Amino acid sequence: MKTLITLKVNGREWELAVEPNRTLVDVLRHDLQLTGTKRGCDLGECGSCTVVLNGKPVNSCLVLAVQANGAEILTIEGLAGPGGLHPLQQAFVEKGSIQCGFCTPGMILSATSLLEKNPNPTETEIRTALSGNLCRCTGYQKIVEAVQSVNKKEER
Amino acid sequence: MIEYSVVNTRAPRVDAPDKATGRAVYADDIRLPGMLYGAILHSPLSHAKILHIDTSSAKRMPGVKSVVTSQDAGLVKYGVSPARYDELLFCHDKVRYVGDEVAAVAAVDLETAMEALSLIKVDYEELPAVLSLEEAIAEGAPLVHDEYERNIGAHVHQEFGDVEAALAGCDVVRTDTFRNKRQDGAFIEPQACIAEFDPNGNLTLRSATQSPHYVQRTIAMVLGLSIGKVRVVKPYVGGGFGPKAAANAMEMAACLMSMKTGKPVKMGFTREEVFLHSRARHQFVHTLTTGVKKDGTLLALKNECYLEGGAYSSFGIATIYYAGSLLGGPYRLQNMKYDAYRVYTNKPACGAQRGHGGVIARAAWEQQLDRIAEEIGMDPVELRLKNMMEAGDVSCNDLKMNSLGMRECIEAVRDGSGWIEKKGKLPEGRGIGMACGFFVSGAGYPIYRSETYHATVSIHVNEDGGTVHVYTASAEIGQGSDTTFAMIAAETIGIPLDSVRISSGDTDFGIDLGAYSSRQTLMTGHATKEAAVDVRRQILGVLARELKVDISELDIKDGLIVFKHGRVDYSHVRTRYAKEHRGWTGLAKGRDPLTFQEAARIAYLARGTIIGRGKYKPAELGGSHKGAAVGTSPAYGCSAQVVEVSVDMETGKITVEKMTDAHDCGFAINRTSVEGQMQGSLSMG
Repeated sequence: MKTLITLKVNGREWELAVEPNRTLVDVLRHDLQLTGTKRGCDLGECGSCTVVLNGKPVNSCLVLAVQANGAEILTIEGLAGPGGLHPLQQAFVEKGSIQCGFCTPGMILSATSLLEKNPNPTETEIRTALSGNLCRCTGYQKIVEAVQSVNKKEER
Repeated sequence: MIEYSVVNTRAPRVDAPDKATGRAVYADDIRLPGMLYGAILHSPLSHAKILHIDTSSAKRMPGVKSVVTSQDAGLVKYGVSPARYDELLFCHDKVRYVGDEVAAVAAVDLETAMEALSLIKVDYEELPAVLSLEEAIAEGAPLVHDEYERNIGAHVHQEFGDVEAALAGCDVVRTDTFRNKRQDGAFIEPQACIAEFDPNGNLTLRSATQSPHYVQRTIAMVLGLSIGKVRVVKPYVGGGFGPKAAANAMEMAACLMSMKTGKPVKMGFTREEVFLHSRARHQFVHTLTTGVKKDGTLLALKNECYLEGGAYSSFGIATIYYAGSLLGGPYRLQNMKYDAYRVYTNKPACGAQRGHGGVIARAAWEQQLDRIAEEIGMDPVELRLKNMMEAGDVSCNDLKMNSLGMRECIEAVRDGSGWIEKKGKLPEGRGIGMACGFFVSGAGYPIYRSETYHATVSIHVNEDGGTVHVYTASAEIGQGSDTTFAMIAAETIGIPLDSVRISSGDTDFGIDLGAYSSRQTLMTGHATKEAAVDVRRQILGVLARELKVDISELDIKDGLIVFKHGRVDYSHVRTRYAKEHRGWTGLAKGRDPLTFQEAARIAYLARGTIIGRGKYKPAELGGSHKGAAVGTSPAYGCSAQVVEVSVDMETGKITVEKMTDAHDCGFAINRTSVEGQMQGSLSMG
């Protein structure tokens, strides 16, 4: 039996009828066609499906869509403004923090959440905040550098 | 010194904005109208005879559109190297590991397909399995493949020089055995694909692959299609590291079911299936005997290696050679003996993974060299510098060092890490060590014996002159190859990077063996350069005739035509271009420099669409011994690392505190990308 839920995704309201066993990542990717949210393991290990749910980064493969009823969700598609890329996205582009790109949406959203709470994180705080997002290409170095560069810009 | 405008810079990657915003499309993001969802039935047993498969209930289930087994797929054997084609699309007589593919279903949605799988009844007769090297090679062990005694699927025996004689003349001889564990690539994107068979009999497969070309050939061979009817397209790929370099059964199952239903069929591995499929790094057991003189001169190496390879050969027939041949460099070594055995077991198949075959052998030998240094009381850095090859040297197994910055790498990490101040002087619980790396820049030969070009590239100049479009079948899998080739094209033609567009990863765009063995930049890079030179030659040729000057007087730089010896009147060319663009604003005018855009338009008017063509294949390489092809390369990359660690003296836990790395990759096309590759490889190992 399907359940009626409402989600506010990237500022837009959706009313959806979903089966109670469906996960948020599935509904985002399949029903809303927001395929920027990636599915890497479906087990909560890799972080590539990270979205920001009511201000907190979550693995959307571990959230049932019905649990997200009424929630506000930010996916990677909602991050860039009309003026262009979000400063973190820009930093990832410029610093060479992106290789295959599959971890990038989740990584950027986890970093966004960190900077919202803590605009001047230390390297250790950055690495801790991103520890749930696995990247196999970069060795994380340039990802950390990108996050650090954004907080430096804000200091100025 | 040549001044470059585009290459050797830190240009941002051309694909980065799409990847930063979620716009980049990966295989699992693709949906096609009317598509079906496929799933694979895997063997639950590691070794068993298939007595009977009953698909009737699954076929009757509403929503199921296709159920296929070996009865439908046929019995064409495939693999990676024709020397060891040992796989079938679906198992026929027996299953050889937990995960072996038995059947597949396509249905209107994934849930239906999964449920239908549970309705397929397979009667197995379980067989004893071999799950370790030792079990598999024991006398009388059950055979994974009947034709390979003691489960030895491949063996290699090579000797260069006279190892026993050399060892007899050594002051110190050490023998050590090293064993690694199997490793998985653990790329973040699971394999996924979508196959579409159209009413004209053309098959298009979009797949997360490192080699559209090898997938195209394998599918055509297994499914009995002509190569020209099979198109393989690689969307963005979320990492590969080797295991995505060969065709997999899922890709072929999707194609087969699309052919049967006339509908697109989409399939994807779960993470569990990624590990079951594996095709990643082997387990190697190396027993190394090395002999040196008291002064540290390396004289001989005896390398005996057993590779635990799982149920099928995959890339293993090349891996077994690499695990020997690549120890031929970067040290001067006149005597080398290699005896190796690749052993089948009832486990997921191993294949190529980052540093194919060379990594574990290298790690083992470098550790042994440290022990030897200690025995003879020599600094490990000095031992390596003493034996280092240099550009122009040829190894005892005929690997030619056309260029080799090994010495510079070692000196850089020695000085950059503070080695001299730290070695032997750190407090208890801290340590410092060093090792060198050495690998091909592309394999000298394709994995199937062929005289094929390894890469062909074409560059189409937009008829209006504004942009050029690079077409290549190469595989951008995250390493940055699209950006590299766009930069090479821009630099060679003499135009800005944003005047270059690139389309890649599509077998319709030419031949390219794909992304493996560190080959794309060198091989496809050369083909791109040749195509760009061709574009330049054609455009400047027309312009020279128009302006009645010699072509050698003309150059292109930063998108503008340069006259090497003073001004030439080009007003009629400009006027012609302007007449083609009546009503347009922003055109170059008056005495503004003549642009590439104007020249390219004039060339088009004279010759039609300007297409530059490039191709690359290495010159004939290697010696004449059996297996000489594997390990050859037009160039070798080398690296040196110093690592500092701390050890928790209570628990033994080791923490890497600092790594210092130097790598000779040749000329860095994109400096940021090279750093990214170095950091990534240090992190992965």
